[in-house]
Amino acid sequence: MDFNTKYTPQSWPDHPEQVTLEGKNKFLGFWLFLAGETVLFSSLFATYLALKNKGPSGMEFSTQTLFELPLVFVMTMILLTSSLTSVYAMYHMKNHNFKGMQTWLAITVILGIAFLCLEIYEFNHYVHLGFTYGQSAFSTAFFTLVGTHGLHVAIGLGWIILLLIRNAKRGFSLYNAPKYYTASLYWHFIDVVWVFIFTVVYLMGVVG
Amino acid sequence: MNTTKKEGFDLAMMKGLKKWRLYSLLAVLTIFLSGCGEEYLSTLTPAGQVGKEQFNLLLLSTGIMAIVIVVVLIIYVLAIVKFRRSKVGENVIPKQVEGSMTLEIIWTVIPILLLIVLAIPTVAYTYKHADVSGMTAVDAEGNKEAVTVNVTAKLYWWEFEYPDLGIVTSQELVVPTNEKVYFNLKAADVKHSFWIPTAGGKMDTNVENVNQFYLTFDKESAGLKDGVFYGKCAELCGPSHALMDFKVKTIDRKDFDVWAETMKTTEHVAQGELATSGEEIFTTSCIACHATSGAGTAGGVGPNLATFGDRNRVAGFMDLTEENVKNWINDPESHKPGNLMPQPEEINNGEKFSEEQLDALAEYLMGLSVEK
Amino acid sequence: MSSIAKKKGFGASLWDYLTTVDHKKIAILYLAAGGLFFVIGGIEAMLIRIQLAKPDNDFVSAGLFNEIITMHGTTMIFLAAMPLLFAFMNAVMPLQIGARDVAFPFLNALGFWLFLFGGLFLNLSWFMGGAPDAGWTSYASLSLASEGHGVDFYALGLQVSGAGTYIAGINFLVTIINMRAPGMTYMRMPLFTWTTFVASALILFAFPPLTVGLFFLIFDRMFGGNFFDHTMGGNTIIWEHLFWIFGHPEVYILILPAFGIFSEIFSLFSRKRLFGYSSMVFATVLIGFLGFMVWAHHMFTVGLGPTANAIFSVATMAIAVPTGMKIFNWLLTIWGGSIKVTVPMLYALGFIPSFVAGGVTGIMQAAAPLDYQLHDSYFIVAHFHYVIVGGVVLAILAAVHLYWPLMFNQMLSEKLGKWTFWFFFIGFHCTFFIQHFLGLMGMPRRVFTFGADQGWDTFNLISSLGAILMAIGVIILVVNVIITIVKNEKVGNDPWGDGRTLEWAIPQPIPFYNFKQTPLVRGLDTFWIEKQEGNKEGMTYAEPLSDIHMPNGSIIPLVMSFGLFVASFGALYNGEKDWAIPVLVLGLAITFASMAIRSIKDDHGFHVHKEDILKNEGGNK
Repeated sequence: MDFNTKYTPQSWPDHPEQVTLEGKNKFLGFWLFLAGETVLFSSLFATYLALKNKGPSGMEFSTQTLFELPLVFVMTMILLTSSLTSVYAMYHMKNHNFKGMQTWLAITVILGIAFLCLEIYEFNHYVHLGFTYGQSAFSTAFFTLVGTHGLHVAIGLGWIILLLIRNAKRGFSLYNAPKYYTASLYWHFIDVVWVFIFTVVYLMGVVG
Repeated sequence: MNTTKKEGFDLAMMKGLKKWRLYSLLAVLTIFLSGCGEEYLSTLTPAGQVGKEQFNLLLLSTGIMAIVIVVVLIIYVLAIVKFRRSKVGENVIPKQVEGSMTLEIIWTVIPILLLIVLAIPTVAYTYKHADVSGMTAVDAEGNKEAVTVNVTAKLYWWEFEYPDLGIVTSQELVVPTNEKVYFNLKAADVKHSFWIPTAGGKMDTNVENVNQFYLTFDKESAGLKDGVFYGKCAELCGPSHALMDFKVKTIDRKDFDVWAETMKTTEHVAQGELATSGEEIFTTSCIACHATSGAGTAGGVGPNLATFGDRNRVAGFMDLTEENVKNWINDPESHKPGNLMPQPEEINNGEKFSEEQLDALAEYLMGLSVEK
Repeated sequence: MSSIAKKKGFGASLWDYLTTVDHKKIAILYLAAGGLFFVIGGIEAMLIRIQLAKPDNDFVSAGLFNEIITMHGTTMIFLAAMPLLFAFMNAVMPLQIGARDVAFPFLNALGFWLFLFGGLFLNLSWFMGGAPDAGWTSYASLSLASEGHGVDFYALGLQVSGAGTYIAGINFLVTIINMRAPGMTYMRMPLFTWTTFVASALILFAFPPLTVGLFFLIFDRMFGGNFFDHTMGGNTIIWEHLFWIFGHPEVYILILPAFGIFSEIFSLFSRKRLFGYSSMVFATVLIGFLGFMVWAHHMFTVGLGPTANAIFSVATMAIAVPTGMKIFNWLLTIWGGSIKVTVPMLYALGFIPSFVAGGVTGIMQAAAPLDYQLHDSYFIVAHFHYVIVGGVVLAILAAVHLYWPLMFNQMLSEKLGKWTFWFFFIGFHCTFFIQHFLGLMGMPRRVFTFGADQGWDTFNLISSLGAILMAIGVIILVVNVIITIVKNEKVGNDPWGDGRTLEWAIPQPIPFYNFKQTPLVRGLDTFWIEKQEGNKEGMTYAEPLSDIHMPNGSIIPLVMSFGLFVASFGALYNGEKDWAIPVLVLGLAITFASMAIRSIKDDHGFHVHKEDILKNEGGNK
């Protein structure tokens, strides 16, 4: 099983990402990396909860007055959808449909960019209200938690775009299958983190 | 020193580990340990209920750990003596033993039992030493029963406010003996830690919240070498962390009440020509930061100097002599790096104090007293 | 690449090491860099002890003293102890499990270069306006108040080198899970591999909180954040929690591999199977797990309340049980064995009483009310040096002697090795035993000087004299290393004669592909089994001889790390110099561009052909 072997839909293995030793290593290593990322985000969440609504005396901002659910809800829907489209892409990879995979990943990227634009709009809006990064401990913790997620989205987008361009003319191989697979895994992880941010930061902030 | 300890262990081991023998072991330890350190500073000469209980825990844990050490050492020494290759033969292949379930259980269960013995007093004391419910207790007339001190740690000095008595001191904590004294601890700038080794363990002074605990003092400090116990800052707080000592005067309750009253009422009047001119300099250059009256509340920029002449230290660590007072005022930074007291140029129109001015200031400051 | 034993010029050798992805060469890089930082940290330790040798000393100033203690702690933990252990993990672990390399050779190199550039960055602070001075724990209120750029160097330098450590951790985990030779079941893995495994898992979960904490510090100090500024609603205790959620497991990240090394030594030099292997494995895992449950015992005096203190007290005491299990299993390993007191064994035998002493003082501090007295006093200084020096450093010194023949095919002088041991061992106890009493006598830690009237003079002097003995020991070791390298006498495989595990079975010098055929592991101590059965080759093979796939070397890891090194300067001078942000962007651009190149350029590695392998093997014999 060489990296350069050409496959047909019939000979293409069920789990192309885990056929080679390199693929298996990448698969496991990436899961472990995500475990570490979970701890990283847990630390950020814990800090945010500790510093939520904390600021200099007489601070005007609070989660109740600041956040607007409709926009965030739209962002959530967009990101959830992008997770679904990346699942389609992996489905096509399994079936050795390269074009299908590239198309669905491209859609994923477009949704991701839309999400990122809305997030930038949201941040910009807060800054204009006077809720800047250095305004209070609350603002610092908020921007750091949500911004770290945003940075992950941006990195994920860069990664997937690079994969799309890089492999556009090459088709599938056992060399790039694990790369696609881990990228989609990363995208799901980002999505799950966002679900927590939506719940803990926004929903519990406005309602709780 | 080591041998005394070891003999103590061995003695107890040979006779078996019955309870009263453990006590005799502890007795040996006590004698041995209390030989270390100065009685105004050492945790090994506890002078209060909290410190004594913590010292007991030290003895108990040392005793238990001594048992473990002795058992390990016996097996260890025997193994090294018996199973050297030179003894067992160059070409012998030892039996490749896999292990022993019985032994594993033994050395799991026995340590657990030993730890339980230690854990019970640990948990009990943890709660006991954190109990500050007595802080707010009042007598029939509605007066607070216990003395409460608000401690503020600053770069690099301590402020002690007695909120119920309306007085404030700095660098010198005065407390009554044989009763619980409650502390509210806070830091004004960076984190410090409040530690009076002889009275009991330390508690951090955080910047964002007030910590509370209590200590008791059952020995009057008058008989000690300097007439005071020493307290320390135990958390790295900057260059002069090491120079942040404070003094603890313990006196009986009657004397304490007298002291508190004197603190509140003493109006200081400079005596003599030199001191009066010193007072003038003080009122133009120093009074903005340093108060000279013991009545007041916390929040001083610089230490309150009402009892300056009664102290035994300048700046917390130099002997109180006129020479040191002058040196200190003349160049605080070189004596206590990083402290916040202005250099003389900053408060004296850009010039150093003249020798005469320093003499006058020192004379005035040495006269500040509530005891004389 | 495929031809081996070619004589190379200096430039080619240098390039070889700069681009290497071979775990054995990376091990040598870790050993050299870690050794260098160990010496630097040791010099800092000597300065501390000179300053404290007598009361009211003015050998160094108060501010400089704080810089020295901060750099001593930070250097020893992050830049000396961990990399030195990584050196042995890299050199030994893949061989122990019968692997050709680690799972991610490229990332292995990246991990090293990140560590090295992070360490260099941190140490450059000495020449660029002053080193960090807030202690290795860098508690937030003080680290925010600290003037100059020292603490910035600390935060950024540790961030970069921490990333390297994190990568190394994942790499070792995947290697051990995926790349064990046939027959190498989990319960046949040598203890050093097991401890590497658990320590790596701890790295995986412990380093992210440190990363987060350091980012907070960076944001607060350089980018206007408010995490720790209480006037803006921040809270400094968050730093303490994050630091110790990392910091406590960090202790086990260091001590577990040390346990592994000693397990190998006891077994090897007693000619006896490790007693209670399965409970040793169980104890290792349990210690790793409990290591995450006890961080607040560093914070008993912070004011978390009696319930938290009581819980963390009891949880901490629980760790004594598996640790005790290990001690007794080691004792029972040498019991009934045939003990040969070589230099590594000497360290192992010295380790038992030293570490037991360090362990029991740990239990004393676990008792929260007692810890109120002991915390932040010299008692704690004595305690953690007993654990770190008496455990980790003795293990590292033992491993240097034990694995030197494996890594360099030479033997360090046993005679000089014994001199090193005795100087170091006696000096160590002389330095630190007395410090327990200094703490009990009321001496706080991190004081730059002390008054003469406090009864601490004699003990401090004794402590300082002990430090000199330790320094002499280390100097003898350096001499030993130089002599050995110059002499360059080859010793072949299994130089200790009683090797039990796979790393001793492999022929010397070890081919870059390690095993020409993957070995079949037939039990615990597989090499021992083969030898007992009279197998001259020492290995049974699991596969026929065939082409071997190997990864290409690459300069990209170095460039990628260098980018972050450059970016760190940008972040450091943010808001102060005009060029700060451009430099930050430039550095990040270098890093991300190298990542993109790595990802765009196909790198399939290369194959070593069967014929070349046979030729090479012939040359070896």
